[in-house]
Amino acid sequence: MAKRKQIDRRWIFLLIFLGVALPLIIKVGLPVEITKNVQMVYELVENTPKGSTVLISFDYDPASMPELHPMGLSLLRHCFQRDIKVVFTAMWPMGVQMAEDIVTTLKPDFPKKKYGVDYINLGFKAGGMVTIQSIGKDLKKIFPEDMYGSPITEFPIMQDVNNYNNIAFVFSLSAGAPGIKEWVQIVSDKYNRPTSGGCTGVSAPAILPYVNEQKQLTGLLAGLKAAAEYENLVGKIGSATSGMDAQSIAHLIIISFITIGNINYWRKKNKQKKDRKK
Amino acid sequence: MIQFFEAFGIWLGAFFTFAIFSFLYKDNPVYKIAEQVFVGLSAGYWFVYTIFSIIIPNLYNPITQNFSENWIKIIPAILGVMMLMRLIPKTSWISRFPISLVIGTTSGVLFLRYLKSDVINQMTATMINPFIGGSWVEIIGKLMLVIGTLTGVVYFYFSKKHEGAFGSTARIGIYFLMISFGAAFGYTAMARISLLIGRLQFLLGDWLKIIGP
Repeated sequence: MAKRKQIDRRWIFLLIFLGVALPLIIKVGLPVEITKNVQMVYELVENTPKGSTVLISFDYDPASMPELHPMGLSLLRHCFQRDIKVVFTAMWPMGVQMAEDIVTTLKPDFPKKKYGVDYINLGFKAGGMVTIQSIGKDLKKIFPEDMYGSPITEFPIMQDVNNYNNIAFVFSLSAGAPGIKEWVQIVSDKYNRPTSGGCTGVSAPAILPYVNEQKQLTGLLAGLKAAAEYENLVGKIGSATSGMDAQSIAHLIIISFITIGNINYWRKKNKQKKDRKK
Repeated sequence: MIQFFEAFGIWLGAFFTFAIFSFLYKDNPVYKIAEQVFVGLSAGYWFVYTIFSIIIPNLYNPITQNFSENWIKIIPAILGVMMLMRLIPKTSWISRFPISLVIGTTSGVLFLRYLKSDVINQMTATMINPFIGGSWVEIIGKLMLVIGTLTGVVYFYFSKKHEGAFGSTARIGIYFLMISFGAAFGYTAMARISLLIGRLQFLLGDWLKIIGP
């Protein structure tokens, strides 16, 4: 009897699938509100003087691309728009390819940006926190070559960059460890340099406490929603914003099922109480 | 030729996406094949990556190109070899030395960093006057931060029985914890749906070309 009342979970999967697929085909255009943490990241970039150098670390792999890639794309676009020089690093091996993919995507929009002058990819370095800590002492010793094997001293962008003192802010696109947490612990808490980041929705509750009065993190881009907000702030709509309709409708379906499940639970409980009284 | 391989890659991606999704209906041989291919490819990829991106640039190249400045790297290399002794049962005891060294140094490095970032700075961030500055929404937010932190900590104090005023405070702490678990669940749901969106954007865009980039 109890079994008959339960919905086959495959119907839920199908509904979620349709709830996500249909809004991707037929645009609904639900509004995207800008939240404080995203605004803080945007202002961090806006307030960085032109010609400054920033460090963006790609600490994720293709498994987290749907959430973190749009963030990286919008952030780099914003930096390029503001003529900020960018040094890429990766604490995750596949982060190197993630950075390369973003640069390739942006190349047609910024044809004048030159490798080695406006941006450079230093590649992956194993070691996590130890590597991050060592960059604070001597970046050129940790990364003597870029990802293609050329000595970094050859590139104009690296002439005045020796450690965190020469970097306006550090931004980590993080899917886990090593990631934002390690950058906060070293760059923000040890070297007192502005640190910000973007993370997956799953890790957001663990990272959000660092956005506090102590400014351990200057803003945070958490999940696809934040990526969509940043796309709107930068003024270039991308995959995150187009995915938000699907996200909202999928959430409505989940909320509906949770509500139905709870109503059934209370009804069942009340019925049991009444039966006991009889 | 490049176009052929690009198209082949997209079709392969679509096939494996459906193969993995097919598990949602029920376990089946196609899903099993996709799972095994993923495990095998990952193992092969990481093996090659470790050799070419870690061992060669960080150990082999520095030692062979400039031995006098990099001879110290022989010590971690020996420790690495000692770690591999674990694979032979008779010599597995040798691996305990490098493992001990790793545990010791990691504890030392992490202890200080976590103490400063996750304990001292986090505590300092809650020692605020909630009524200074900001709108009433921000004041309520700051009050919630202080009350939530204090009552949450009280809940985890187990040396006194949770009854009376102490028990009520702990109960408020539980409510704050429940709300935070709910928020964490919400973020997790959002992240999982985001992954599905990513896959569907690939299927509908790159594969079927129904939606634009």
